[in-house]
Amino acid sequence: MLIATSIALFALGLLGVIVRRNVLVMLMCMELMLNGVNLSLVTFAQQQATAAGAVLVLLVFVVAAAEIAIAIPIVLLLVRRKDGLDLDAYAELKG
Amino acid sequence: MSHLLALIVVLPLAGFLLNGLAGNRLGKAFVSTVGCGLPILAFAVAVKCLVDLQAAGGAPRIEVAYTWAAIGDSLFEIAFYFDALTAVMVLIVTGVGSLIHIYSIGYMKADSSYARYYAYLNLFLFFMLLLVLGRSMLVLFVGWEGVGLASYLLIGFWFEDPDKARAGKKAFITNRIGDAGFLLGMFLVYQALGTLDMDRINAAFMGTSPPAVSASLLGILLFIGASGKSAQIPLYVWLPDAMAGPTPVSALIHAATMVTGGVYLVARLSGVYMHAPEASAVIAAVGVFTALFAATIAVAQNDIKKVLAYSTISQLGFMFVALGVGAYGVAIFHVYTHAFFKACLFLGAGSVIHALGGEQDIRKMGGLARRIPVTFATFAVATAAIAGIPPLAGFFSKDEILWYAFASSHGGSPLLFAVAATTALLTAFYMFRLLWLTFFGRSRMTPEVEHHVHESPLSMTGVLVVLAVLSAIGGFLSIPHYLAPMLPLPEVAHELEYFETPLVVMSVVVAFAGLAAAAFVYGDAGARAEALRRRFPGLYRVLCGKYFVDEAYDALIARPLYWISDRVFLRIGDRQLFDGTLHGLAALGRRTAGGLSRVQNGSLHLYALFVLLGIIASLAWGWRHG
Amino acid sequence: MGDAGLLNLVLFLPVAGIAAIIVLPPRRDDLVRGLSLAVMIAGFVLTALLYVRYDASLDGLQFETRLPWIAAWGVYYQIGLDGYNVLLVLLTAFLGPLVVAGAFTAIQKDVKLFYAMVFALQFAMLGTFVAQDLFVFYLFWETMLVPLFLIIGIWGGERRIYATLKFVLYTAFGSILMLAAVIYLVYSLNTTTGITSFAFADLYRAELPLSVQTVLLAAFALSFAIKVPIVPLHTWLPDAHVEAPTAGSVILAGVLLKMGTYGFMKLAFPLFPDATRLFAPVFGTLAVVSIIYGACLALVQTDIKKIIAYSSISHLGYVMLGLVSLDLIGIQGAMMQMVSHGLVAGGLFLMVGMIYERCHTRELAAYGGLAKLLPVYSVFFALLTLASIGLPTTSGFTGEFLVLLGAFRAAWPQYVDGAVYPMVLSASAVLGVVLGALYMLWFAQRFLFGAAKAPHLPLADITLREKSILAAIIAAVFWLGLFPDEPMRKTELAARQYQQLVAEERTGVSVSAHRSEPSSPPGSSPLPVTLPVSSRTK
Repeated sequence: MLIATSIALFALGLLGVIVRRNVLVMLMCMELMLNGVNLSLVTFAQQQATAAGAVLVLLVFVVAAAEIAIAIPIVLLLVRRKDGLDLDAYAELKG
Repeated sequence: MSHLLALIVVLPLAGFLLNGLAGNRLGKAFVSTVGCGLPILAFAVAVKCLVDLQAAGGAPRIEVAYTWAAIGDSLFEIAFYFDALTAVMVLIVTGVGSLIHIYSIGYMKADSSYARYYAYLNLFLFFMLLLVLGRSMLVLFVGWEGVGLASYLLIGFWFEDPDKARAGKKAFITNRIGDAGFLLGMFLVYQALGTLDMDRINAAFMGTSPPAVSASLLGILLFIGASGKSAQIPLYVWLPDAMAGPTPVSALIHAATMVTGGVYLVARLSGVYMHAPEASAVIAAVGVFTALFAATIAVAQNDIKKVLAYSTISQLGFMFVALGVGAYGVAIFHVYTHAFFKACLFLGAGSVIHALGGEQDIRKMGGLARRIPVTFATFAVATAAIAGIPPLAGFFSKDEILWYAFASSHGGSPLLFAVAATTALLTAFYMFRLLWLTFFGRSRMTPEVEHHVHESPLSMTGVLVVLAVLSAIGGFLSIPHYLAPMLPLPEVAHELEYFETPLVVMSVVVAFAGLAAAAFVYGDAGARAEALRRRFPGLYRVLCGKYFVDEAYDALIARPLYWISDRVFLRIGDRQLFDGTLHGLAALGRRTAGGLSRVQNGSLHLYALFVLLGIIASLAWGWRHG
Repeated sequence: MGDAGLLNLVLFLPVAGIAAIIVLPPRRDDLVRGLSLAVMIAGFVLTALLYVRYDASLDGLQFETRLPWIAAWGVYYQIGLDGYNVLLVLLTAFLGPLVVAGAFTAIQKDVKLFYAMVFALQFAMLGTFVAQDLFVFYLFWETMLVPLFLIIGIWGGERRIYATLKFVLYTAFGSILMLAAVIYLVYSLNTTTGITSFAFADLYRAELPLSVQTVLLAAFALSFAIKVPIVPLHTWLPDAHVEAPTAGSVILAGVLLKMGTYGFMKLAFPLFPDATRLFAPVFGTLAVVSIIYGACLALVQTDIKKIIAYSSISHLGYVMLGLVSLDLIGIQGAMMQMVSHGLVAGGLFLMVGMIYERCHTRELAAYGGLAKLLPVYSVFFALLTLASIGLPTTSGFTGEFLVLLGAFRAAWPQYVDGAVYPMVLSASAVLGVVLGALYMLWFAQRFLFGAAKAPHLPLADITLREKSILAAIIAAVFWLGLFPDEPMRKTELAARQYQQLVAEERTGVSVSAHRSEPSSPPGSSPLPVTLPVSSRTK
């Protein structure tokens, strides 16, 4: 049940990243994916009775926090440049 | 151990270095002194060596200078070898060479590149002496290529004229083709015998167990080299063009010495050729054909030096006939007499050209006998000598060649004799034609030229007189007899010995017949010659055009080579095949990359979709295989 | 200082040169030039000392240094002089000062960087030659690319980008294959003998089945053949030469091309002897094709540099022919030809650079009669032309003569009885001698003789600096032409060792049987070349 929930969370997040164009929404969807993974990690940690999963979740939290801390200013700067949150406007990094 | 032989070689080298490096600064007197003095000194040393040789009873003198290379068991030494054959050659080279050096003082005195001229001339002597003194074929080859270089430099001496520079190049490259054969011959003999020392090679072939190599193959390969240097068919084409050089050079290099290098080579390796009947037959055939062929061309030439050039080719053919029938000593005898009379002729021609201010066309000469008497007298003696009028030098050597061409048991035949005798007739004819058109009859000179005519200075006429005297009396020194201990004359079948006296008479008759024919045809101000020309226009055109051999070579060898190099190798090979493949690969890479780079369009959504697809694919894979 | 120290000093002197140039104050180009020349001359003097002290009678390495570097992989920093490299190191050190001095007036842009790059290249080249460990060798080998890439790319002609790309891609492609082969070779040495080593001496003992040898030889050979270059892998060379500045061309022709032939001699052939013997006739044929093809193409070029570039292809064909002849004379001739070509082609490129500085064109048609305009220049040019033709008394003759003689005697096991094919090859190569005279004299005739013309008149004849450079080269050319015995004595033992290594049977099948036999020259021992491969792979 918990596994199914975590898969659903991850899938929702991924779908959101793919279909939505708003940068902030995409960032939130990514958080959703991370939390889906976190949920599966703690679930397995519970089942296997090991601490490794829980430790990993803490690690993910830290990384996610750091990521958001950097991502939000970047988004702010981008918004200032392009006057909008539509990500396709930033598709400049291509080969 | 004394180093007399090395000294002979080094003296002209010193002259080359002195004149080449410092000659321009030190003035003409210095250049002449060094340029002529050192060859004369070399001649003196050579005489001393000859005296020593006689004192030692003819035992060859061997001097090792140094080891050029020692690789494993292979030893390549720079060594000199002096026996009777070498002695004759060295004395011709240094003797005639010194005379021509002296002659050049007068001939070249107005030239701005005087020092360069003497430097080259000394360089030539150095290499020529290396050629005749070398014990090993390697040393001989060094001299062989070196004289080619000196010849190249001297033919193109007046290099501002592209034609002269081109003539030099032609000489060098034609010689190189011959040298390729020479090199292969050297490799072959080295592979079989493990030595390049020519005395050892001869000994190996003369020994009881012949070496495991075909003497005829070896002989023919080396003859290819000899035919390049000694201007035999098919490699003779460079010699007429080589007349572009200063006339003393033509006398020294392209008549008296260098071109006899091939004759010397064959005579030196007589041990090989004695066991190579096929190669000997080839040599005799090529020689006699070249002699006839060149003589027919000489009949129709109008440039005084060209006539002499074709005459040289023809005479060299005679020498090869002698070599082909095993009469090696006789060939060297002809080298020796030819050096005198042909040098005298060329230098005489030089004197004529000098007198006429550069005119070489005999149609614009005539009546010079009284104007330049010394030149005329010496030229006449030398002409008589080459025609074979007794008792001049040419008579003796030519008569012996004809005799052995007929009677030698080593390939002599009546046919060979007949062709050679016809050539002798032609020789007498075209030489007297030359003499007649140049010195007799009415003057056909333009007034300015006529006004300018003057006899040459003493340094030139003196040399002419010396050479004329040598051409007259040189034949009494029987070189074949002197060389017989090392170069035995071929045996003559007993029943043929009757023919000896009739043949002598016949060769005298032939010489006078040629003279008479020339006098008849050209005697009446050229009217009969003109009539002949009208009667056979086609023949005259072919002879004047030298059988169009140059044109044929150009069309058959030179042009196809350039065409293949340019069209096939460069355009199809390099540009299309190799570079084209490379550029094709590069273009392929670029196009593939271009196609793949479209995936990376900067849209995060697309990237995320790929991530999703990737996950699904890996899950599916895991499902099937897990 | 010990013996080994001297070699290390020679090797690292260019690095010191770079450091010295960097600390010099900016915009003092003359100072940079002077200092570079001084360092290069010092390097040459020390190398000459090494050469003199090199004992020709000793087998093996001299002035050896061997320090552990990456112990876990068995990598040692191992350098030393032996008969293989002693002449090439001397050549490299000899050309160094000439290259530096030759660029005094030609290079005016980024002088500091330029000389730093020349030093870097010098360091890499010396390192490649003296390395005795495959790992070190490979590092130096790859390092060479970078400075040359920059030298051509920054100071080159109009199409320099195309030329550098072609050059780098070509060589890098070869290098990658070689790297794979190196890894496989070391790995299999480890599996068969238990030794993990990159040392050449150890690798010579690696035993591999013939099929593997063939594949590895192909990989090594491709890499080296591109460098030589052998037709049909040569098209980068004319472009690189034409676009490179004079210094680049000189180094390229003088030393870099010899890397390829040196690699064949030191690595590719002795590492895989059985495959080498099997394919020796193929390599010989390719060498002869290079000789003739290069000569033919030189005949139809209109760009002076391209003529010399194609003549290089032809001349290096002789080196290859000598090496694969497996005959002692041929091998020694190949060594001589390597050095000779370095001197002659290097000298010719320097001379082309000198005229280019004055007239700014390389079109042959623009010139004529230089013998009248530049008499001193012409004398030097004529001498180098003659050396290129291989006229006796010059170094070119020593090389060509010995190579052709050796090739004529080549005793390849396939051709023991009759042995006509080596003779045919040698005879075809002799044709190259004729063609060589044809294109060089054609070139010299149009360049030096005829009516005087040049794009810029009046022309100043060569300066004392240029005369000194050329005089040094000419002296070396005649030294090798007249007295080749002394240098050849130093290479003789290496030539023998190479010959023996290639004659060995190292498929690993009949080890015991083979080891007991004394090693014999290749011709006399009827070695079975096509061994059953399957017996090994079981």
